[in-house]
Amino acid sequence: MRKSLLALAAGLLLAGSVSAASAADKLKVGFVYLGPIGDLGWTYQHDLGRQALVKELGDKIETTYLENVPEGPDAERSIEQLVRAGNKLIFTTSFGYMDPTLKVAKKYPNVHFEHATGYKRNPNMSTYSAKWYQGRYIQGLIAAKMSKSGVLGYIGSFPIPEVVSGINATILAAQTINPNIKVKIIWANTWFDPGKEADAAKALIDQGADVIMQHTDSPAPMQIASERGKLAFGQDSEMIKFGPKTQLTSILDTWGPYYIERVKAELAGTWKSEDTWGGLDSHMFTMAPYTNMPDDVKKMAEDAQAAITAGKLHPFKCPIVGQDGKPVECKGGDHLDDGQILGMNFYVKGIDDKLPGK
Amino acid sequence: MQLVLEKRAERSDTIALVSPLIAIGLTIVTMVILFAILGKNPLLALHAYFIAPLTDGYSLQEIAVKATPLVMIAIGLSLCYLANAWNIGAEGQFLIGAVAGSWIAVKTQGTDAGAWVLPAMLGLAAASGALYALIPAICKVKFGASEILTSLMLVYVADLFLDYLVRGPWRDPHGFNFPTTAEFDPVATVPLLIEGGRLHLGSIIALLVVAAAAILLGRTIKGFEIRVVGAAPRAARFGGFNANQLIILTFAVSGALAGLAGIIEVAGPVGHLQPGISPGYGFTAIIVAFLGRLNPLGILIAGLFLALTFIGGEQAQIAMKIPLDVTKVFQGILLFYVLACDSLILYRFRLEFPNRQVARGAG
Repeated sequence: MRKSLLALAAGLLLAGSVSAASAADKLKVGFVYLGPIGDLGWTYQHDLGRQALVKELGDKIETTYLENVPEGPDAERSIEQLVRAGNKLIFTTSFGYMDPTLKVAKKYPNVHFEHATGYKRNPNMSTYSAKWYQGRYIQGLIAAKMSKSGVLGYIGSFPIPEVVSGINATILAAQTINPNIKVKIIWANTWFDPGKEADAAKALIDQGADVIMQHTDSPAPMQIASERGKLAFGQDSEMIKFGPKTQLTSILDTWGPYYIERVKAELAGTWKSEDTWGGLDSHMFTMAPYTNMPDDVKKMAEDAQAAITAGKLHPFKCPIVGQDGKPVECKGGDHLDDGQILGMNFYVKGIDDKLPGK
Repeated sequence: MQLVLEKRAERSDTIALVSPLIAIGLTIVTMVILFAILGKNPLLALHAYFIAPLTDGYSLQEIAVKATPLVMIAIGLSLCYLANAWNIGAEGQFLIGAVAGSWIAVKTQGTDAGAWVLPAMLGLAAASGALYALIPAICKVKFGASEILTSLMLVYVADLFLDYLVRGPWRDPHGFNFPTTAEFDPVATVPLLIEGGRLHLGSIIALLVVAAAAILLGRTIKGFEIRVVGAAPRAARFGGFNANQLIILTFAVSGALAGLAGIIEVAGPVGHLQPGISPGYGFTAIIVAFLGRLNPLGILIAGLFLALTFIGGEQAQIAMKIPLDVTKVFQGILLFYVLACDSLILYRFRLEFPNRQVARGAG
């Protein structure tokens, strides 16, 4: 009996290795995720991108993902594990994977890496991100129109440039509608923590905010806004089902086309290290349908979206006055240049919060 | 008829030895059922978890790297727990050690400071971890404050302090405002043991710590004192042992070890100070300490075993697309069975028949 069990075990192991071998001629593509794929936000959208990739090129590639990988000492190992499992193109989908990705990239020059939202590159390591501040600008316009109290509630994740530029774009847009608009900001210090995000939303509403905006990834703030009869914007993902009468719009990350493009390049042998920062004119993100607002507001939002897409409207059009009352240097001609936005470390005038760490 | 748990007259040494084995056996059986329900081949899954990581040098290194902080912290905690002092805040002491050591690294960055930098970082980290652990210890001894609560609460203080530093004064000026210090200079980095690998000097230090703890507990009066104060406080008082002094001592030692583990992690695998340097090492180490039965060698084995489940879990995720949650379920089940089986050391099951009891009562 014992012998036959052992034989069975050996047979099963053998069968496993054979099926692994037959998959070896497909290009292996790996993904490293920050959250669980069920976070219904950031990681979920990346996984939708991966699924789009599989749908398009599934006969030529095999994808593997690691979820819930913390942005600490474990990340380097997780990335290297994917390399060692034979993945030739690896997408690391959070800012905190920047240094670990770079370390592994230097160690394995024949493997290609794609790091989301970072700024360090290597001949075998690209970066990709989206100009979400463009979407924030549209949200700012809508928020100022829809807010009765003139107070917006903003749940920040971390005070990094991507988030700060989102807040600034929002308030700059809102000021064009209502010069006295106020924004209350709560830093959740997390990307994903439904409990904390819900608490932040409650606190903001208690402080008079009637439009809730978030730069964290869970639908919890949307649910709270919905319970309290306020309005809110989704984040990363379509969140309308958490607030059918609440969601105004949402910035939808659409990574699929980019992933398909990069994998096609890899398959064709034309992959190069690049720095991609796509806006509304690319396919890196799009706006969810404009809902729960009157037609004129909807029209305004659609016009703004069209103008930004066509390059006629820049959210960081000069002159811009900093929180300290001094004008911000305008390095991009009539608007701030990409470097200033990517490294944004100041609030614009009209925000009476203090930027943490300043 | 009912099943009752009754106290044994004396602890069963046989069960104490086999209980971890029973626990692991039960865990494996449960996992096999779970894998089968998930539609995964249980044998392949167990192979990915337990065998595959042990078969190549790379994974073995990674297991050692992962186990290093867990073992170092758990050794310190075991001294506390043996002496009946409940340090729950090793996570905070880990972070403070990381911060204190990083201070030297940050201040000497870009200067031509010599080889003294790393030893100074390790020393300062250990000292700071010890001092940080002394806060709850002294509060306990002087004011009778619950060290469980105070040490735990200080974790959040340390976490936010680190957060403040990397977002403010120590932020990498060329880092686009992202919350991290610049990469440490080579003199401020823990040396690697194998070219191209990640195994570092910290693993050797962890082994030395295990050996030192084994000698302390097995061969010295102090070690005896620690065990007596924990196991029999009254006897210890009659013996003239000072329990308060031991609380201070064990807290300081465990804080120092946690602080040392913190700077080794930062100056080793991470390479810079940033938030999230610890995926809960200070808390996981509590599990390691108990899984290792508060015995230095046991802790070493438990640390390596837990590290194996992390690495194996990751490889199972890659090779068999088994979700990470299954790894967490696995770790939870393991701990559950260990605790459940341990209760059999002091208790045993007995079937009780109520009618007979009545008869006995009448007789």
